[in-house]
Amino acid sequence: MSTTDTAPANGAPKAAEGAPRPPKARPQTSIVPGATIAGRALVAVVAIMTFLASLTIGAALAVRSTASHWRSDVTREVTIQIRAGDRKLTDAQVQQAAEIARTTPGVTDAHILSTEETGRLLEPWLGAGLDLGDLPVPRVVVVKIAPGAAVDFAKLRRTLSDRIPTASLDDHRLWSRRLGAMAEGVVLTGVVLLVLVGLATILSVVFATRAAVATNRAVVEVLHFVGARDGFIAAQFQRHFLKIGAQGGVIGGCAAALLFGAIVGLPRFGLVGDPEDPTFLGWLNPGIWGFVGIAGAVLVVALATALTSRITVYRTLRTIQ
Amino acid sequence: MEHLVRFENVGLRYGMGSEVLKDVTFSIAPKSFQFLTGPSGAGKTTLMRLLFLSLRPTRGLITLFGRDVSSLDPDEVAVLRRRIGIVFQDFRLLDHLTTYENVALPLRVLGKEEASYRGEVTELLHWVGLGDRMDVLPPVLSGGEKQRAAIARALIGRPEFLLADEPTGNVDPTLARRLLRLFIELNRTGTSVLLATHDIALMDQYDARRLVIADGRLYVYD
Repeated sequence: MSTTDTAPANGAPKAAEGAPRPPKARPQTSIVPGATIAGRALVAVVAIMTFLASLTIGAALAVRSTASHWRSDVTREVTIQIRAGDRKLTDAQVQQAAEIARTTPGVTDAHILSTEETGRLLEPWLGAGLDLGDLPVPRVVVVKIAPGAAVDFAKLRRTLSDRIPTASLDDHRLWSRRLGAMAEGVVLTGVVLLVLVGLATILSVVFATRAAVATNRAVVEVLHFVGARDGFIAAQFQRHFLKIGAQGGVIGGCAAALLFGAIVGLPRFGLVGDPEDPTFLGWLNPGIWGFVGIAGAVLVVALATALTSRITVYRTLRTIQ
Repeated sequence: MEHLVRFENVGLRYGMGSEVLKDVTFSIAPKSFQFLTGPSGAGKTTLMRLLFLSLRPTRGLITLFGRDVSSLDPDEVAVLRRRIGIVFQDFRLLDHLTTYENVALPLRVLGKEEASYRGEVTELLHWVGLGDRMDVLPPVLSGGEKQRAAIARALIGRPEFLLADEPTGNVDPTLARRLLRLFIELNRTGTSVLLATHDIALMDQYDARRLVIADGRLYVYD
């Protein structure tokens, strides 16, 4: 042993003469041991949870914005239908209905659908090349509403029924209301899903933290014996779990963002589907707020993971003296 | 002079079992040196755990640095422990930290910057003969090296009171004598030392106060 047995007079141990000093700052090893299998499993759990939460946020926002878009399209247009009857009389009634509509405040245009246009509308059901003159097909007037204008539909309906008994006004209100209710339902379901995913994430982190503290009990005990406060120990675990939460969150969030990015981007580049095809997933575009929401989810997951682990460590430390 | 440690009629039992320590009364003065000895299972380790606040007595009064330990909250316990250096029989070094990091741990938990204590830790490591083993992980160290690393960790915070549990239990007689001299020198510089040992030959090398524990009772031989 090369120990010098004499302690210096001032009470502080002194170095042997010429003892070399470390040449550079030493990188500090984390007090809580780093990568463990349990840690990697938790990264996977957090990544999956963040992915699910991000999908929920993106899909809910996409449905909400698409529904709102559709609703605004629908409410900017109403139709007047005139039951088929005597051809000349019906033509006159159609002209009269269009005139009534044009004079109504808030209406920008009233377009009478020609027989050809009506035929095209019916084509999916009746097929092409049919002579509509043989069928009692109602005539339709498409009335365009100025954006933001509050048209008095009750008055318009009254005027139409007074002057043209065979006319009826369809303002699509029922359809619009159902669409709105559906969108709100999807958003509400999304919120419930988010709460469930959040709870599952928190529970996973609680159990993982308890397991980590139990695994590192020897470390915790030594830290206690060398005079570490509970706050210091909790901060070490919090840092460890913040890293896990951030890793998992970024993986899950990026995966969801890539998925939405593909849904939005691929048809535009002509790689998949037709961007104009309403049946394609293009309506699932979460918009800029969807991507902001996903980034928010990543941040919240990382912070919730760190905070949950801190609280759990504090509680667990109370049982270790 | 105020005592560093004072036990008054301290008793301790685990759960519903019989008392492991019975009516233990003694005190430790500042700058004093004492051996704690007794047969295995007599309650030495329990007494040591009471001294470093790992256990609370079931009865009696313990004062440490003038504070009644029963009234301490966890943060106050942490602050008191910084005034005590502990050398465990099984070293309790953290295997994922290097020797240097293990020794520096008491300063690191105070929130000090690494640069501020680097020189001090390095000096101490050279002093205990581990200057060339600083960057080695504990599993690679020999028993004697681990022992010295554990001692260095206990000393780095310049404790007022050093507790050492069988610090010579894992080393050869020559190294044991050297370690004893190290503790004696430390005591001469003002640190109170309580050295728990089974080794009667070691105790015979230095005339100091002896606390003998047998069947849960403590006998003091000044």
